[in-house]
Amino acid sequence: MNKDTISKMVFFILALSSISALALITGFIFIQGLPLFFKVGFANIVFGTKWAPSQGSFGIFPMIVGSVCVTLGATLLGVPIGVCCSIFLVEYCPASLSNLFRPAIQLLAGIPSVVYGFWGLLFIVPFIRNNLGGPGLSMLAGSMILGIMILPTIISISEVSLKDLPRQYKEGALALGMTHWQAIYSVLLPAARSGITAAIVLGIGRAIGETMAVIMVLGNAVALPESILDPIRTLTTNIGIEMGYATGDHQQALFATGIVLFVIIMILNSFAQYIARRK
Amino acid sequence: MDNPVQNYKLKTVGINLYYGDFHALRDISMEILECSITAIIGPSGCGKSSLLRTFNRMNDLIPNARIEGEAYIGNQPIYGSDSDAVQIRKKIGMVFQKPNLFPTSIYNNIAIGPKSQGIKNKGDLDGIVEKSLRQVALFDDLKDRLSEPGLSLSSEQQQRLCIARALAIEPEAILMDESCSALDPVSTLMIEDLMKKLAENYAIIIVTHNMEQAVRVSDMAAFMMIGDDRAGMLVEYSNTEDMFSNPKDERTEGYITGRFG
Ligand SMILES: Nc1ncnc2c1ncn2[C@@H]1O[C@H](COP(=O)(O)OP(=O)(O)OP(=O)(O)O)[C@@H](O)[C@H]1O
Ligand SMILES: [Mg+2]
Repeated sequence: MNKDTISKMVFFILALSSISALALITGFIFIQGLPLFFKVGFANIVFGTKWAPSQGSFGIFPMIVGSVCVTLGATLLGVPIGVCCSIFLVEYCPASLSNLFRPAIQLLAGIPSVVYGFWGLLFIVPFIRNNLGGPGLSMLAGSMILGIMILPTIISISEVSLKDLPRQYKEGALALGMTHWQAIYSVLLPAARSGITAAIVLGIGRAIGETMAVIMVLGNAVALPESILDPIRTLTTNIGIEMGYATGDHQQALFATGIVLFVIIMILNSFAQYIARRK
Repeated sequence: MDNPVQNYKLKTVGINLYYGDFHALRDISMEILECSITAIIGPSGCGKSSLLRTFNRMNDLIPNARIEGEAYIGNQPIYGSDSDAVQIRKKIGMVFQKPNLFPTSIYNNIAIGPKSQGIKNKGDLDGIVEKSLRQVALFDDLKDRLSEPGLSLSSEQQQRLCIARALAIEPEAILMDESCSALDPVSTLMIEDLMKKLAENYAIIIVTHNMEQAVRVSDMAAFMMIGDDRAGMLVEYSNTEDMFSNPKDERTEGYITGRFG
């Protein structure tokens, strides 16, 4: 064997090991979680509203609703801010300022999620309790924390897709007598549409998968929420809270929760890929 | 320099343009005749595009560009303290070197300009789109394909569409910066015919490296050169026929006979 073949083999094996780790984890989750779907019934798990593992009730519908609501809230808060921020960085911000902004946003991505959760618990939760009522531990608190946490994803990907637009689009728009904002709004944003949509979808994927930060501020009650001030539980926090002591069917139910989460995130990611590739 | 133009549409008076410390245009004064085609010719880097962009204030986009002197569209100052670049650009359409359609439908590419000026009525917009496409002789070919992406057209059709897009905002003058250089010879001739037709109603300025094209289409010709100090300057400006048959300046003669440039 010559050196080339050897290095090829090494890279192949390393690449294979990363893929097989993914396959292993996925396989494990499905092997552990799927049997319960057959035992209890798919509908009873996905659409069941009662979660009482000790009594054999494994309905995770409130958690699905919880995940969707918190993520939706995070999207409503994070997307407008994130997209506007990327427009500002690309179109309005002087270079000196954006060189300050960009690392700051990167830093936001580097803060561990437990720190976000702790900060939320100390500031956002009491703020909501004192000003809006309720226990403070709530869907709103979770949405606010996640809304901030998805900003780096949304800002950086939207910024790149706006920045990569051919200069000719902007020149063409301005030459037609459009104002700067008209050029952004009616030419640049639509042209960057696929990149910005991908940014949003990836942000949503990040929000729906986040666990640590939201465990600390959501209150984690298993119930369908009636207001944004109610405490709720998400799919991720369900696993995070109970995995320490769950055994038997209960443990399998947590893996089943994982499967549902896995499928949702897979769908979101393939959607993002599809959009980004569509161009 | 004698000035043969009486009824001008555009005019520059003592324009000096700087990119940072670089003096790109030196003291350019010229008048552009209404309903005519003026060709700006000259070697690469002499400032033809820079001069063209001073008319619709596109140089404003370049961060360190600085301009001295004044230009006029009709009697209206282009750079005066109370003139607004956006208002100026509505009066002066521009067609670029490469077709730069927006990544949207044929219809939207044309309607987007009028829409930005507040025309919202669908019927009005339909009318503008049809009229603009007719002006560039595309309407019959494209009337059933208006919702298709503009980028699906051939480059000649795309360039026509860019012209239609510029016409849709009802400009008073049109600037074309080497607008045929990305086209094959047949398409070039077709666009040239279109220019001549448009010149019945608009003042058109073209920049071209193609001497035959300048002779074929233009009424007036301006020859620019890089001066000893690297700044672009206007060497000769006259009737195209006169310039090409009997250039007054030996540098012009050198350039058009292909001795340098
Ligand atoms: N944005 C800019 N910043 C700095 N210098 C510039 C800029 N644009 C053009 N220049 C310089 O100004 C001079 C004139 O450029 P311009 O593009 O107007 O020339 P041109 O005659 O159109 O050339 P070409 O025939 O190659 O298109 C050149 O030396 C060029 O390098
Ligand atoms: Mg040029």
